[in-house]
Amino acid sequence: MNAIKAQKLIVQKAKSEILHSLDMTVQPGTITGLIGPSGSGKTTLMRAIVGVQKYKGELLVLGSPAGSISLRPRIGYVTQSPAVYDDLTVKQNIHYFAHVAGVPRSEADVVVTAVQLEDRQDQLVRSLSGGQRARVSLAVALLGNPDMLVLDEPTVGLDPILRNELWDQFAELARQGKTLLISSHVMDEAERCSELALIRDGRLLWSDSRQKLLEKTKTGSVGDAFIAMIRGPV
Amino acid sequence: MYHLRATGATAYRIVQQLLHDKRTIVLMFLAPTILMALLAWVFSNNARIFNSIAPALLGVFPFVIMFLITSITTLRERTGGTLERLMAMRISKVDIIVGYALAFGIFGIIQSVITSSVAIYWLNMDVAGPQWFVVVVAIADTLLGVALGLLASAFARTEFQAVQFMPAFIFPQLIVCGLFVPLAQLPDALNAAAYWLPLTYAVDALNGVVTNANITSNMWRDIWVVCCFIVAALACASLTLRRRS
Repeated sequence: MNAIKAQKLIVQKAKSEILHSLDMTVQPGTITGLIGPSGSGKTTLMRAIVGVQKYKGELLVLGSPAGSISLRPRIGYVTQSPAVYDDLTVKQNIHYFAHVAGVPRSEADVVVTAVQLEDRQDQLVRSLSGGQRARVSLAVALLGNPDMLVLDEPTVGLDPILRNELWDQFAELARQGKTLLISSHVMDEAERCSELALIRDGRLLWSDSRQKLLEKTKTGSVGDAFIAMIRGPV
Repeated sequence: MYHLRATGATAYRIVQQLLHDKRTIVLMFLAPTILMALLAWVFSNNARIFNSIAPALLGVFPFVIMFLITSITTLRERTGGTLERLMAMRISKVDIIVGYALAFGIFGIIQSVITSSVAIYWLNMDVAGPQWFVVVVAIADTLLGVALGLLASAFARTEFQAVQFMPAFIFPQLIVCGLFVPLAQLPDALNAAAYWLPLTYAVDALNGVVTNANITSNMWRDIWVVCCFIVAALACASLTLRRRS
């Protein structure tokens, strides 16, 4: 079974069409990079998958139509700007969202450890650095051990070392069998994904493994491959 | 069971947020009291006028302040992305709205008790009826402010707009609620309009307890009408939360 299966997916916002009849599949237990320039429809696609965006066409997530109530505890969503309360401490944020996710408090400690923020627990989120804030947001998404993580530009503005650490963490989560969909407009991050979905102007240029993309376009990097795909179907 | 816990957790979370903001808390509790004292001072040579205005203001102050605080805080949640995150989780819209009403309701109740106590015991505001009824009405007004604030936040895009809702939504009610001119002396059209606005009933109840030694059926009716407005505003507010846009 596919973790995500979109067929003729269309999203309209304020009468203009954002996603045009998009077909896409994502295999479970993989890291799929959703790569495209800003304004290409990455966030809209992710919002549709997590169930906060209306759509037309077919969109199955973990076997159920996107937006189903049964899916809510199974998907962790990290929005582009860290959606946590900056006037609460790290611990207060995690405990609140643990209640909302319906998971025991003990799990709060697990996710704080997972994002390596144990020594910042009692600090106000407002006083954290951008990268630490992003990790608080990620910790919230990890609550309840969801089967799928949808991460919208999680590494934007982070220093290279931290970015590297986060990608190691994503790889570890995928090894545990989780499906990760991670958006980025940075091509070098695409190199860390086994699967790629290239998106431009609301159309999918590619949805398959990175290896196949490089072979098909006879290029050495995803950036070059992206350009080759835009220039014309191979 | 889950929804009860989610509601409680939401209320507790909002209380925690406010507790981190000491300045807001001090302002929330002190500002109405100081205004009341200022009013008493202004009319220190004319206690009769103070006695005719002060009771109504006991309802108006918490109403206005809670309206502002609630609409801005809720707006922040709507624009900050946390509401969208919550909407992608199991929590229901009613849990969130009731959580908000509970949290701000608690602060409003404390505020009402402080302001009423100061007005009655320190500023010698005359109350012919039972004093607890003054507090009950003040609490109802507080919750009314919270409920209307929650609703108003849905129609504001920015904090600028939310603040502008005060002159738009609140001031007209202040002008025709019977605070400046008794309802009976208003032009017919305004008199009729006043009975469609919640603050009119709140002020009527407060004026009632000041002049009547006993609680009249009219005063109970006032309380019920205010409660109906609170429930209606909360219900409309939860309709304005959209899970999917």
